[in-house]
Amino acid sequence: MGEAAWPSLPDCFFIRRGVILNLFKRLRRGNLGDNIFGFVVLLFGVSILVIMAGIVFQLWLQSAPSREKFGWSFLWSTAYDVQRQNYGAGVFIYGTLVTAFIALILAAPVGVGIAAYLVEIAPRRLNRVVGSMVELLAAVPSIVYGLWGFYALNPFLRDYIAPPLQAVLGWLPPFSGEFVGTSVFTASVVLAIMILPTVAAVSRDVLRAVPDAQREAMLALGATRWEMFSRAVLPYAKSGVLGAAILGLGRAAGETMAVTFIIGNNPQIFKSLFGQGATIASEIAAKWQEASGLTLPVLMELGLVLFAITIIINISARLLVMLLVRGPRGGLRA
Amino acid sequence: MSYLHEISEPVVEVQDLNMYYGAFKALDSVGMKIAKNRITALIGPSGCGKSTFIRGLNRMHETVPGARIEGKVLLDGEDVYAENVDPVRVRRKVGMVFQKPNPFPTMSIYDNVIAGIKLGRRHKKSELDEIVERTLNQAALWGEVKNKLKDSGMSLSGGQQQRLCIARTLAVEPEVILMDEPASALDPISTQKIEDAIQDLKKSYTVVIVTHNMQQASRVSDYTGFFFIEEMGAPGQLWEFGETERIFSNPKRKETEDYVTGRFG
Ligand SMILES: Nc1ncnc2c1ncn2[C@@H]1O[C@H](COP(=O)(O)OP(=O)(O)OP(=O)(O)O)[C@@H](O)[C@H]1O
Ligand SMILES: [Mg+2]
Repeated sequence: MGEAAWPSLPDCFFIRRGVILNLFKRLRRGNLGDNIFGFVVLLFGVSILVIMAGIVFQLWLQSAPSREKFGWSFLWSTAYDVQRQNYGAGVFIYGTLVTAFIALILAAPVGVGIAAYLVEIAPRRLNRVVGSMVELLAAVPSIVYGLWGFYALNPFLRDYIAPPLQAVLGWLPPFSGEFVGTSVFTASVVLAIMILPTVAAVSRDVLRAVPDAQREAMLALGATRWEMFSRAVLPYAKSGVLGAAILGLGRAAGETMAVTFIIGNNPQIFKSLFGQGATIASEIAAKWQEASGLTLPVLMELGLVLFAITIIINISARLLVMLLVRGPRGGLRA
Repeated sequence: MSYLHEISEPVVEVQDLNMYYGAFKALDSVGMKIAKNRITALIGPSGCGKSTFIRGLNRMHETVPGARIEGKVLLDGEDVYAENVDPVRVRRKVGMVFQKPNPFPTMSIYDNVIAGIKLGRRHKKSELDEIVERTLNQAALWGEVKNKLKDSGMSLSGGQQQRLCIARTLAVEPEVILMDEPASALDPISTQKIEDAIQDLKKSYTVVIVTHNMQQASRVSDYTGFFFIEEMGAPGQLWEFGETERIFSNPKRKETEDYVTGRFG
């Protein structure tokens, strides 16, 4: 979790075609130093692709028995039958997407709120304090979140949050049923806290990139600070904020240890958030040690699916950002 | 130096205004009266505090971290810096057009114009249509955009964007409009259009315009204020103020004369 915790905006989601193009141009121009430099950089770039391809290839190879047995229907089958050796990814994809989405719904407003506070309101000194506190949040190891979620958050949610939620929304299936020891709900809340730094940091960078001229334009029209933020800053930054949110979604989908601890690892299509479930990552983490026979290839194929999901999420984040940036506003914006 | 005696019925009266950025004093005891339904031009060398001064009139100065202000700015006789005055209300009465056009990129041309009035009470659609047409006309932009009001404000040229920003400011119906070098980034034709628009505005608004262009100041304005800094690091002062004609033909101070005749600055 620590490594990509406080990402800076340009590295995160702007595709930098220009860099590679420039490299080729430089190569052709033929300055020796630049040539060597360009070659080395190219080598690093290519090596990442090679590693990725290697991983996919391995997963593909090792999941062969599973793929042959279940075919494409593995993707949507919700079967989980140890006796008959019948497995599907459906349950786990469902668990992964639901927890990630709930985490995002919880984290996005808070993350954007923190970012807005830091950029628009906080005095400089406080800015640094809050900023490093959020950073600290990102540096906490995943397993610690797992322990905390299990021993501290879970009882708290069970005793203080779930009852009122049930009292008001209990007639809705997601909020009905009993709050068991470990739950999808707790896992989602922990995930939300874990992706908060990403959402907050990227949103902060995005909001900071909004030109002051936009703020002054709105203020000079007689806007309050809140109106300035909601009508000038946020619309200007919305594509970037969306990118921040989807990046958070991607991280939530891939998160493993904490979820494995908390979610109960019960492969079922849960109806209530207070029940147990399983995500792809938690299933792999929980089962790989005792895997034998067909289960290992099944786990490998699950890994392949998770890989595909995170890549799809990331690519769609980039596409969305690009579309929105190009969208209605035409030239003047970079 | 103070030139309070020249105008009998001011909309804005500035008294002994000192403005600071942190420890740096940018303006020193400026006094000025701004005449109703007249155009007041502010000229002076770069860095002498013209922008700072007009940002003191609509309380935009205080949005800069560390910025501070002393003195009085009376708008219709009421001090805008008085304890109980909401800066938001001041800015509704004293609008501002910035040096660089800054339309809202996510809004259409139409929405840009009404961005300010949507902050206030609700308006009927027909009312809004009327306001959009009227203000775009006043800003001399209507003819060029009337068939593409739904297009993005960014689809316009720089000069058109600036006129859009003028229309946006007019829509709020301020009493006073501050313009900080509104045409400095524009070509001569766009500049001409903006000057024409400003001339028309005089009928119903009071305009204060900062400009580096002497011809522009002498063409459009009724009164002119010359700001000056005596030496590097010293605060800017209102060096001379008076009717434009007199400032340009018969300045009282040598620095003013040097500046308006283009000998330095
Ligand atoms: N945000 C700021 N922070 C600190 N100092 C500032 C700030 N804005 C302006 N100043 C300083 O205040 C002084 C007056 O600046 P101001 O922008 O008002 O000058 P100006 O007359 O508008 O110049 P120009 O004609 O170049 O626009 C300058 O010395 C400038 O460096
Ligand atoms: Mg200026």
